[in-house]
Amino acid sequence: MAAIDPAYSVSTDADPTAFVRERDGHREIDLLVKGVHCAGCIARVEGGMTEMPGVRNARLNLSTGRLALSWDGDKSKARDFVRRLAEIGYPATPYAPEESRSAQDVEEKRLLKCMAVAGFATANVMLFSIPVWFGQGEMDAGTTGLMHWLSALIVLPSVAYAGRPFFESAWRALRARQVNMDVPITLGVTLACALSICETVWGSGHVYFDAAAMLLFFLLIGRFLDTRLRARAGAAARRLASMQAATANRMDANGHVEAIPARDVKPGDRLLIAAGEKVPVDAIVFEGDTTLDTALVTGETLPRAAAAGEKIFSGMVNLTAPVIAIAEARREDSLLAEITRLVEAGEQGRSRYVRLADRAAKLYVPMVHTLAASSAIGWLVFGAEIYTAIIIAVSVLIITCPCALALAVPAVQVVATGRLYRSGVLVKSGDALERMSEADLAVFDKTGTLTVGKPQLINRDTLGHENFELAAMLARTSRHPLSRAVADLAGMGDVTPKVRETPGGGLEAVVNGKSVRFGSAAWLGLEGGTDGVSEAWLMVEGQDPVRFAFADTLRPDAAETVSRLRVLGLEPVLLSGDREGAVREVAEALGIAHWRAGLKPQEKIAEIEGFKTRGRRALMVGDGINDAPALASAHVSVSPAAAADISQAAADFVLQGEGLSAIAEAILVSRAARRRVLENFGLTILYNCIAVPLAVFGFVTPLVAAIAMSGSSMVVTLNALRLTRS
Amino acid sequence: MTIILLLIPAALLLALFGLGAFFWTVRSGQYEDMDGAAQRILLDDDGPLPERADGDQDGKRSR
Repeated sequence: MAAIDPAYSVSTDADPTAFVRERDGHREIDLLVKGVHCAGCIARVEGGMTEMPGVRNARLNLSTGRLALSWDGDKSKARDFVRRLAEIGYPATPYAPEESRSAQDVEEKRLLKCMAVAGFATANVMLFSIPVWFGQGEMDAGTTGLMHWLSALIVLPSVAYAGRPFFESAWRALRARQVNMDVPITLGVTLACALSICETVWGSGHVYFDAAAMLLFFLLIGRFLDTRLRARAGAAARRLASMQAATANRMDANGHVEAIPARDVKPGDRLLIAAGEKVPVDAIVFEGDTTLDTALVTGETLPRAAAAGEKIFSGMVNLTAPVIAIAEARREDSLLAEITRLVEAGEQGRSRYVRLADRAAKLYVPMVHTLAASSAIGWLVFGAEIYTAIIIAVSVLIITCPCALALAVPAVQVVATGRLYRSGVLVKSGDALERMSEADLAVFDKTGTLTVGKPQLINRDTLGHENFELAAMLARTSRHPLSRAVADLAGMGDVTPKVRETPGGGLEAVVNGKSVRFGSAAWLGLEGGTDGVSEAWLMVEGQDPVRFAFADTLRPDAAETVSRLRVLGLEPVLLSGDREGAVREVAEALGIAHWRAGLKPQEKIAEIEGFKTRGRRALMVGDGINDAPALASAHVSVSPAAAADISQAAADFVLQGEGLSAIAEAILVSRAARRRVLENFGLTILYNCIAVPLAVFGFVTPLVAAIAMSGSSMVVTLNALRLTRS
Repeated sequence: MTIILLLIPAALLLALFGLGAFFWTVRSGQYEDMDGAAQRILLDDDGPLPERADGDQDGKRSR
């Protein structure tokens, strides 16, 4: 491998040409662009791209960070575009859009349309309701009837259209012999409409068309916001995953190498895995000797040697020399079929968790229905007509409107999720917040979670400034993890021209007329250190060699996070797949009394199950492929941004930024959210205590119903909004 | 009062027109990049005006 263009190597690990599509004679690619947030960014990115020769169109979506490019000419131009973007300060990675529109997208549009229809009906039915409310006594029966008929004309089709999300959900729940909040909503809306039709056709009493439309409109606003936030969190998680999504270099029979998306690899393909690249799928080494970083797969920090015939797994990083490997499985099967199975088992266990809203619905539904029935019976006993008794019962059902109760939980979750989103925490589901607030034990993985998970230079102070700068000038051109450690520490700076990289060896160049070499001890003909630390040596012509030592270090905020969680009442526990010595060191540095080393994925699950049987609720924080099953089986789980795809998929919360400090924030917000939910339930009960007697004794007019319903929804929503302030 | 027979259909028709317009905006994907639209208004996409070929001095500009 020749010296790699620095701009290309820092911007991406995936070869963009593999993601180029062809359409109508020109080529297209979608790129995810990092760091776009303002009008200036749009102008620079789109301007910079349209300046490039051959580009037909460049359109940046600021909300998703996706840049759609189309151009005439060869597909290798994609590399130039990515390089140019990196030069103007926007690192980009190729992105494979889903083949069809995602289900979430369709659902969001559908809710938006339903909401528009419900809003239309709510606004326009007022045109006919308000005259009836305020014109009583003056308006003759014919005009009132006309108003009612017109209301029915607007509201009935609108309810049939806009109410479907609730009707379908209620029907699904009933078929599964369960009740959810959508059951009383559906019942309330249907009864309100049915009663109003009867009144319009035969009677001259009250109609509740406006109340039904308003109820649906409020509920749809809540449901739409909820879906949108979840879609945003989901999209961001997918974006994180595709930042790591990879290409594979496939070799055909003639030894010609072509970059393809890793998901297109088939078993039996010959793959070239260069030094510094991730292994794309499970494979067997065919040719070459190398060492692999297995931190993400097993949690071990020391590199593992692999020779021909050795089995290697996707997610491992090839460190020293290029190898040719034969693919053993497709990418989907490669994500360790066993791990996937364990994750699914864990998630099934979690789906048995009963959410607060459903628990409330279980109590609420029978209570309200009994109340409605008994008030009907009561009126009959005291001599009322059957017709009056039925109207009273229905108005009880309408006024105990599930609106406030149905909004009580989602409103809070939307606000809490939005707040966490702004602090860089993605929340995958609403009930994750509930589970998070109950956690009383914090289980950490070590490698990549409490530690950085990448080698860090540990002896910079003893190197001397000149040696360090010299090494950095060479290292900036390389993708090798040790070079990256030096380059990251040194920051931006000069690059030595004409650096030659020997795979598995090191880098060499001529600086100020002297030959400079930076690489492994064996390549430089030196005696390596014996303390088991990763190392690289810098050899300048005519000077003694200098040793650079690397080790995985604690994250800067690990100690603070552990102690903050302890203050919040979560006892820290460390479960790692790494060697005992390394784990003990970290546990002692952070003051964690309970730790276990050398655990396999199944043993991690067993530990977590053990906590469960002792009545503890574990929050699991982990990043590796080996942590994914434990993440899925824990009560609630968090994974950092750099975690493996499968761990991010299994975790309830994904941290976007560097560091762990957001975990404490997530716990605080979750607990605040729980308090707000309980307050909202309290407010709803209070509202019902006032409204239900009115309904039972027959004082509910359509005006009272409309005011009471919107008032209670408003109070509940405002209480939820208090969460935006800390 | 017969005027309401004209006014009510007119009001409903206008509202239906608005609803139809909203459906059209949803279908044509105008809600897919809410942040971008807000920022793009700030972009000054006018390039410098091209030099006029003739020496016409009437003050009118064409692009």
